[in-house]
Amino acid sequence: MSGGDEPVPAGRQQPGDTAPGDQPSEAGTLHGITGYVIGLLLAVGLSAVSFWIGPSHLVWAPSIPVALIVLAIAQMGVHLVFFLHITTGRDNTNNVLALAFGILIVFLVLTGSLWIMANLDRNMRPIDEIMRMQR
Amino acid sequence: MSAAGLSAADVNAAVPFVPDEGGPAPVRIVVGFGFWIFLISDIVMFSAFFAAYAVLVGNTAGGPSGMQLFDLRNVAVETACLLLSSFSCGLASIGAGARRTGMFQAAMAVTAVLGAAFLTLEIREFGGLVARGAGPGRSAFLSAFFALVGCHGLHVSAGLLWLLTMMAQVWAKGFREDILRRMLCFSLFWHALDIIWVALFTVVYLMGTTP
Repeated sequence: MSGGDEPVPAGRQQPGDTAPGDQPSEAGTLHGITGYVIGLLLAVGLSAVSFWIGPSHLVWAPSIPVALIVLAIAQMGVHLVFFLHITTGRDNTNNVLALAFGILIVFLVLTGSLWIMANLDRNMRPIDEIMRMQR
Repeated sequence: MSAAGLSAADVNAAVPFVPDEGGPAPVRIVVGFGFWIFLISDIVMFSAFFAAYAVLVGNTAGGPSGMQLFDLRNVAVETACLLLSSFSCGLASIGAGARRTGMFQAAMAVTAVLGAAFLTLEIREFGGLVARGAGPGRSAFLSAFFALVGCHGLHVSAGLLWLLTMMAQVWAKGFREDILRRMLCFSLFWHALDIIWVALFTVVYLMGTTP
């Protein structure tokens, strides 16, 4: 949605929004390729660190899962910005809002399932014990 | 600001209606946004598979765990294939935007080869697991593993068919507006698969082999 607080420049073809995945219209071919190259380099670097960090003994072992999750989230951000062109520009608001809602649902599904199931696992007696009690 | 003493007509006059000069959004915007919504719901579906996997990962029923089963070298090659194919898919969409048939078809062909290589490696891995008696029926952990990774593999297979269709359509019909819209959706789909793979190799393979 166009915010309405700034006049839309005349002669621009798409005054309001950007489709997800669309390059900014003023970007040329070379500029577009540069963006993908930067994205690829960042993604390769983050992947390489992810694979390297486990076998190497440079990181305190209990922190490795947290480090892996942080690296994965960073890499997803790189993919979103450089490959899918989801940015914080004002012409991209619809796409970002849809993404934010999706992330909320993903977060609820993941934490909700893990929380509830871990709680049940801790507090329920083993199933064979329940069977014996019913006899 | 208080509305007391102001009629509804006054309030409306104070905030002039600004017509949207653009009219209805261009079809490309609507199609892209709609497909983006589909992709997000697809990711929500994957999150349910991820949740099931995370809950069941410890329930190996006396069978092998990920530590004994996963071959990280294989996973690293798969990751490289998918990442490079994402890059070449980006080049293909730049080629389509610039109406360069040669660049588009070459980049799409590279994408297809890398995607097929990924699928081959994954199918070989699954075959090896089943041959070792670690099929989806062995334990809850393995059921969840095959469901999650297999679902991603099915998406890649569908994407590969779509990719070949796009190459054929551009070859037969050229860079028409509707073909370019399909290409936009395809590139979104392919990049989203790569995002899911990032979550997958981290949660399943890397965290599964961390002591």
